[in-house]
Amino acid sequence: MADDKDVLRDVWFGRIPTCFTLNPDEVTEREAEPYYLLLPRVSYLPLVTDKVKKHFLKVMRTEDVEEMWFEHEGTPLKWHYPIGVLFDFHASNTVLPWSITVHFKNFPDVDLLHCPTNSMVEAHFMSSIKEADALKHKSQVVNDMQKKDHKQLWMGLQNDKFDQFWAMNRKLMEYPTEEGGFRYIPFRIYQTTNDRPFIQRLFRPVSTEGNPHTLFDLLKEMCPDALTKDGEEKRFQVVIHGIEPLLETPLQWLSEHLSHPDNFLHICIIPAPTD
Amino acid sequence: MPASLLWAVDVHGRVYSLSSAGQQWELGRDAPMEFKRVTAAQQCCWSLGCDSSIYLNVFASDLPVRYKEETYENQRWNPVDGFSERLLPSDRWQWSDVTGLQQQPLHSFQLPSSSWEWEGDWYVDENFEGEPTEKEGWTYSIDFPSTYTKDKKWNSCVRRRRWIRYRRYKAMDTWAKIPSQPMSLPDPFSDISCGGWEISEEPGDRLSLWVVSLQGKVWFREGICHHNPEGSSWEEVPLPGEVVQISCGPGDLVWAVLWEGKLIVREGITRDCPRGLSWAVVECPSPEVGAIHVSVGNGVVWAVTKDNKVWFRRGVNSHNPCGSGWISMVGEMIMISVGLHDQVWAIGCEDRAVYFRQGVTSSELSGKTWRAISAPRDGERCLCCGCFKHVMTICLCSTALDVFSLGMCKPSLWSPLKDVPSVTPAVLEEEVIPADGEEIQLCAEEALLSTESRGGPQWSNVDLEEAQTGAVLDLAETCSLSSVTTFTLTLEDGAEEHPMWAWVSGEGCSVDSSSQLNWFTVTQSVQSMSLSISPAQTAAWRRQIFEQLSERSRREMDDFKHYEQAIEQSVWVKKGAMQWWRDWKPHKWIDVQFAFEQFSGPDGNKDGILFIYYNYNEEKKYLHAFINEVTILVPVLNDSKHTFAIYTDERTKQRWPIRVAAATELEMYDWLALLSVSCCESRGIQGPPSKQAIWSITCKGDIFVSEPSPALEAVPYPTPCDQMFWRQVGGHLRMGECNSAGIVWGIGYDHTAWVYTGGYGGGFFQGLASSTDNIYTQTDVKSVYIYENQRWNPVSGYTSRGLPTDRYMWSNASGLRECTKTGTRPPSPHWTWISDWAVDYSVSGGTDREGWQYAADFPASFHGYKTMKDFVRRRRWARKCKLTTTGPWQEIPPIPLIDVTVLPCGAQSSVDTIPLWAISSKGDVLCRLGVSAKTPAGSSWLHVGTDQPFKSISIGAAGQVWAIARDGSAFHRGSVSPQNPAGDCWYHIPSPAKQKLKQVSVGRTSICTVDENGNLWYRQGVTPSYPQGSSWDHVSNNVRKVSMGPLDQIWIIADKVQGSQSLSCGTVCHRLGVQPVDPKGQQWDYGIGGGWDHITVRGNAMEPPRIGLLSQKDTAPPTSSSPLPIGIAEPNGTAVC
Repeated sequence: MADDKDVLRDVWFGRIPTCFTLNPDEVTEREAEPYYLLLPRVSYLPLVTDKVKKHFLKVMRTEDVEEMWFEHEGTPLKWHYPIGVLFDFHASNTVLPWSITVHFKNFPDVDLLHCPTNSMVEAHFMSSIKEADALKHKSQVVNDMQKKDHKQLWMGLQNDKFDQFWAMNRKLMEYPTEEGGFRYIPFRIYQTTNDRPFIQRLFRPVSTEGNPHTLFDLLKEMCPDALTKDGEEKRFQVVIHGIEPLLETPLQWLSEHLSHPDNFLHICIIPAPTD
Repeated sequence: MPASLLWAVDVHGRVYSLSSAGQQWELGRDAPMEFKRVTAAQQCCWSLGCDSSIYLNVFASDLPVRYKEETYENQRWNPVDGFSERLLPSDRWQWSDVTGLQQQPLHSFQLPSSSWEWEGDWYVDENFEGEPTEKEGWTYSIDFPSTYTKDKKWNSCVRRRRWIRYRRYKAMDTWAKIPSQPMSLPDPFSDISCGGWEISEEPGDRLSLWVVSLQGKVWFREGICHHNPEGSSWEEVPLPGEVVQISCGPGDLVWAVLWEGKLIVREGITRDCPRGLSWAVVECPSPEVGAIHVSVGNGVVWAVTKDNKVWFRRGVNSHNPCGSGWISMVGEMIMISVGLHDQVWAIGCEDRAVYFRQGVTSSELSGKTWRAISAPRDGERCLCCGCFKHVMTICLCSTALDVFSLGMCKPSLWSPLKDVPSVTPAVLEEEVIPADGEEIQLCAEEALLSTESRGGPQWSNVDLEEAQTGAVLDLAETCSLSSVTTFTLTLEDGAEEHPMWAWVSGEGCSVDSSSQLNWFTVTQSVQSMSLSISPAQTAAWRRQIFEQLSERSRREMDDFKHYEQAIEQSVWVKKGAMQWWRDWKPHKWIDVQFAFEQFSGPDGNKDGILFIYYNYNEEKKYLHAFINEVTILVPVLNDSKHTFAIYTDERTKQRWPIRVAAATELEMYDWLALLSVSCCESRGIQGPPSKQAIWSITCKGDIFVSEPSPALEAVPYPTPCDQMFWRQVGGHLRMGECNSAGIVWGIGYDHTAWVYTGGYGGGFFQGLASSTDNIYTQTDVKSVYIYENQRWNPVSGYTSRGLPTDRYMWSNASGLRECTKTGTRPPSPHWTWISDWAVDYSVSGGTDREGWQYAADFPASFHGYKTMKDFVRRRRWARKCKLTTTGPWQEIPPIPLIDVTVLPCGAQSSVDTIPLWAISSKGDVLCRLGVSAKTPAGSSWLHVGTDQPFKSISIGAAGQVWAIARDGSAFHRGSVSPQNPAGDCWYHIPSPAKQKLKQVSVGRTSICTVDENGNLWYRQGVTPSYPQGSSWDHVSNNVRKVSMGPLDQIWIIADKVQGSQSLSCGTVCHRLGVQPVDPKGQQWDYGIGGGWDHITVRGNAMEPPRIGLLSQKDTAPPTSSSPLPIGIAEPNGTAVC
């Protein structure tokens, strides 16, 4: 059987084929060709769309250009969510390539945060890692790291360097064997049926009786509606990195292997396709 | 760590054991009766029955306990009868021992007890000092006593021969009563404790057993050792008072409790005098209450006072067995048991549960918290109420009567023992009062009172104290939770549901603070737990994830490969400050900038360059190495520097690697892990080693593997040995042997046997460079030796004052380096001391009683006795240290080994059994059953009898088994076949003239041996019809070890190999020109070296290409003929599944 380490590689090198088209309302000097790109699932939109921006700027006048933002079928895409999460949540059962509309005007301040530079992404990414480590190890691991170690994590993500990133990230994934897991599992559950952006609460990887918690245990506590009841037709899909793990998968294992580089386990609960 | 057992007795006298790997208490069903107490070692368990007799349970092992009885038949020549039984009146007995002083006719030999049986009948020994004798085994001499020869000469007037008969201990895995000695033991026993196995060099070889009688006397069992598990006799030990209880640790600690509550400590326990010399008195922790129980370990003492308080003794060690002071501990216990690694178990006074002390480490011997062991008892559920009561009645009577009789002889006994009935006060009243008199009733009342007076809230006290000591809030939370549940359990469910324990013994239980124990889950969770870890189900969710991920890649990526990547790959640079052992003289460490640039090569493989930037005469310069040219990275850790060596083929030729040192150990391992992964990536190697892999081991115990190419054995142009690429595998071994079916066994410095699990990584290879499965904890123990040197002077005799020209008075073996007891540190930071300095008596040449060896002067050859001509003496001190690491190795308990060999060829299928032979550390020859590619660990050992201990063994491709005996001669085993895997008899092969052989290796047809002077010998004249061969041919000298491959390749570890810049010892060498017509080959090719200790090429069955021209392709990866776990790294690392 394949090794668990292969999962990390598969997760890291997940790519979503994307077709960027310019919003037709934008003023252009000539018609803009769509732009096709493989987006890394674990990265963030501002980190991987330099080429897109360059491509569309060629047909636009500089005075017509404001901050670039993206939209999929009318929904503005939050740059501070990992790309894979955006895709799974908004577009998982649509036809590939993923169609994203590029805007340079009318920035939706209500829906999106501004992202003037990539240092914003870095700050957001590092604060997520710190938050996750606070949950996992009371921040002990991340505080023990040096500035350059933090930089290595960020550079690894930014430059898509799996080895560079994991050489450091593995330290964040360690835990004392006698405890059977992290202190708490850093997770975020995204639901279409909820007004809140996501659910994030304290949840331990092991029950008080010492049994490992599963994905099922987590969902039962956080959003029991998402679970299919006996005799009922499946209404929701539980998607992580574009796959649906079995509900008996241990949560600790998921956290170690299917977390995003920000060290959070992002779980999307989306309506099951009806057909 | 293999599974070992924790033993306990419940209040009904039933004996249970709990495996360190198990989750429930197993009832000892074959016990002939109820037991009062047990005391366990790793190889056996002693117990004190309710009949006050001593019982012994020796655990079954594949290695039988057998004893060789021998006697000599003596004859003298006279002109009438020739040699006859008629001896002169002044002669020795006709049948005698070796000295001739003791009469020993054959019929005088009796089995020591009913637990023994004869293995066969008497037979004559036809071996004499490594040489076969004439048919009848006679050896001749001029007269008794004298030196004997195997040949009859003209002046041979007497002759003798040795008769041998083996007896075998048969009472394995059962409780056998130790026959009592009617004369010496008037009163029955009341306490028992075993230990002392670490006093001798060979652990498990001997045992001390101490018992206490009801009258308070102490007895010591003489003569317990491996081949005499029952011991021979009881010796009374004089005492300053009357003892109630005694405890013997694994080393030289023995403590006992006196009636009046004081403690006494045995002093003067040594290897020569395991009984000790005298007692010292230690005040009890609280004088007004007095102690009732004590338990000792290697360097700790725990005691319980009569108010059930627990105490820990500070500062106890071999030199100061009395320690320095008492520390009060939390918890209320009735007894405590200190086990291996100073781990602690106890029985709670309130709930009678067995508690384990968590967090006991060598730096924190007192541990952190008590945790109740909640493992269910075997058959707990099926025990219906009625029969439970029934059993209880019977047993209670016996305990009660026992207590009663104790009370009769000594009233003061009540206080220490009153808590025996107090656990079941209610039942006691009902059942026992009709049974017997006043004393017991009184006791029951007293017990009731005492339980009432002690309330439940005491447990909350415990928690408060724990919370104060443990800063971590979590600990306090869980701990209070668990104890609260325990407490309510006791209240509500009462006595019947809850297991009530009376005694626990952890002396044979090998766990430590890092062990994973399944003892603490509550009953109902055991089931769900075992369900959730069932392999089928884990496979289901894991398989789902693997399948879905590859399905995802197919869906999202396969059709879109022509799309552009969002992030362009670029060069990645890692830099750091290091020190470098500079190339020019004078050599020294200088500060350098160390940089590693990694990039994707044109073929998609990752590649990189290492740069070392240094200053030379104020001028900036650099040195570089291409990652794809690096052949090996060797960690060289010592106590002062964290260094590693980088070799390329050029550097191997020079015997001069690039040596760099990192500032910290962590930094060094970060670099090593990164560079190793990069080296492997640049060569397209990933995953576990292939079955053909060549394994080698350094003198530090580090393990390396190399993937052979077919051209490695090509004739006439093989791949040069120095171009072989070696990568490190986690773990620590002294030697290892493999075969082409992928079976690899290793042996540690402590003789533990390990089997390769098929994983890779471990040790400092964490995360990506390591497989997740198949990595386990591995430990090793070895001794560090220093020498104490003294010179004789006429005034004060031997003193530590030497001549100015002498060596250091405390030194290493050569005397050139000073090594003091305090200044000597473990070999590297990975090793930690686990014992104190102790005199080592097992030095070659022998020692006197104090361990001294004498010589005329330093340096000279030393001998074990003092003569007139000796003016200097020395003795060796040993201190044990332990290393804990991880690697793809699993222990094969319990028999320690010194050599192992696997049939070099692969079997036809993965389930075919593969012959594997080994030699135990005692020299027994063993044959492993059930070894196959699927089950490389095999199932059990089959013991193969020999008349003398062996030291090396090897099995060839056709099943030829060769071995070397301790006397340096060779043996060939006849008739080994798949049907008869152990063969039938040994054929003696004399060694080359005046040489003692030490190691043998058998290839396809070739047999090579190495002798103690470093000569390599080839066995000439071996044919299928005459497998013993005819003579030894000298091949080479300066050889330390040889490994013959399945194609008859010859590889050695050579000493003294000259490179262009330096000389190296312990170098891997390959014999060139070995062909069927020239099996001895032509010359040596030199590979990696400097510090190599072992190599095995027995997995490489890859036939070389027929034509030598193909050798140009020597760097190509192995062809498809090898079952490859080696893959080529994907371009840019893009995931393609």
